[in-house]
Amino acid sequence: MQNKKWFLGAVLTVLAAVAAVVSMHPGLTAQAADQSGPAAVKIDNFSFGPETLTVAAGTTVTWTNNDDVPHTIVSDDKQFRSKALDTDEKFSYTFSKPGTYSYFCSVHPKMTAKIVVK
Amino acid sequence: MSDYIKENLNQDGIDRRGFLKCMAWAGTGALCLLQGGVLKSFALSDITRQNIGRLKGDLSFVQISDSHIGFNKAANTDVTGTLRQAIAKVNALPTPPSFVLHTGDLTHLSKAEEFDTLAESLKSLRTDQVFYVPGEHDVLNDNGEMFRERFGKSSLGEGWYSFDKNGAHFIGLVNVVNLKAGGLGNLGPEQLAWLKKDVANLKSSTPIVVFAHIPLWAVYPQWGWGTDDSEQALSFLKRFGSVTILNGHIHQTMQKIEGNITFHTAASTAFPQPQPGQGDSPGPMKVPDDTLRQVLGITDVNFVRGKHSLAIVDSTLA
Repeated sequence: MQNKKWFLGAVLTVLAAVAAVVSMHPGLTAQAADQSGPAAVKIDNFSFGPETLTVAAGTTVTWTNNDDVPHTIVSDDKQFRSKALDTDEKFSYTFSKPGTYSYFCSVHPKMTAKIVVK
Repeated sequence: MSDYIKENLNQDGIDRRGFLKCMAWAGTGALCLLQGGVLKSFALSDITRQNIGRLKGDLSFVQISDSHIGFNKAANTDVTGTLRQAIAKVNALPTPPSFVLHTGDLTHLSKAEEFDTLAESLKSLRTDQVFYVPGEHDVLNDNGEMFRERFGKSSLGEGWYSFDKNGAHFIGLVNVVNLKAGGLGNLGPEQLAWLKKDVANLKSSTPIVVFAHIPLWAVYPQWGWGTDDSEQALSFLKRFGSVTILNGHIHQTMQKIEGNITFHTAASTAFPQPQPGQGDSPGPMKVPDDTLRQVLGITDVNFVRGKHSLAIVDSTLA
């Protein structure tokens, strides 16, 4: 009985540690979140977050522009391309096939990121 | 902020002693005058003590930039109002400028009604003509088609062109279309080939003025403040005795001299942006309402033919 209690305590500690690590790494939380439905990329301060988002095939990714200036989402190979998104506007795209999809903002091309579809 | 260049490092016959290193944050500003091969400079605050009338040349024109009509966020909720103030500033100049250059970002979102407001506002400018080049905000969804229809009817390619005024050759370039992932501003091979041809038959003594939206020098590439293939463009201009490059995009005045080439960026008429690297991003910067007009402005340029004279004066809307 005493042993079981100790074991449970240890498991809970490990779980808490994992949760803490995951919450400190946005990339990991994003990856964890995609297991259940839609995934999100936020645009803040001229950058895409997370910079690399891993999703399952069939996932719809939605980008939201939180900046005061317009941005676009354009895949390097032009497979998908949004209109210019003003503040708070969104763009969605469903990734049906596995692969790595690099994209950038055609207005501010220094902004680059990618979606990895498993 | 001001800093004096103490010795002449370029063997170009130009004495730079006392030349103000015009890395001027918008709101200060400087006047730069090249006369008889000697560069003279005055802080803007000294100009009232000089007789500005004496600095007049054969040709004067004004550069305005980055009006961002349609922008309505905290950094400036009345960009049409501040544009009107910039126009009033131009109209109050002792000599009306021969023409006005708008170096791009006329609008914030490339919308027809934004272009209309800009065009309607600039009708009250006391000048003969306005020349435009697009900023990246003017070509958002149609690669600049609407912009060219309204402001670049006689331009070539994506909107470039040249013209002559009073013996000086003016070249409007477009470096905001077909931008590549991870890259900076871009002129492209077609435009570069045209530029090479455009200047091929000009005498080296012809004063050259190039205007384009994104700086044609590496102001701060980390924020996209530069143009990938600008070196090639500049290589065609190296043989000319006087080259002035006028840009916008960074919403603050800056100046750099390299050989016979003077680079200058104008302030915005809409909102300021941080100094390079001095913020989270190159986005609109909110300043206290009562100081906004100190960081917006216009740029006045004077030429004196035969003397290679060029004077650039930045003034704020305050």
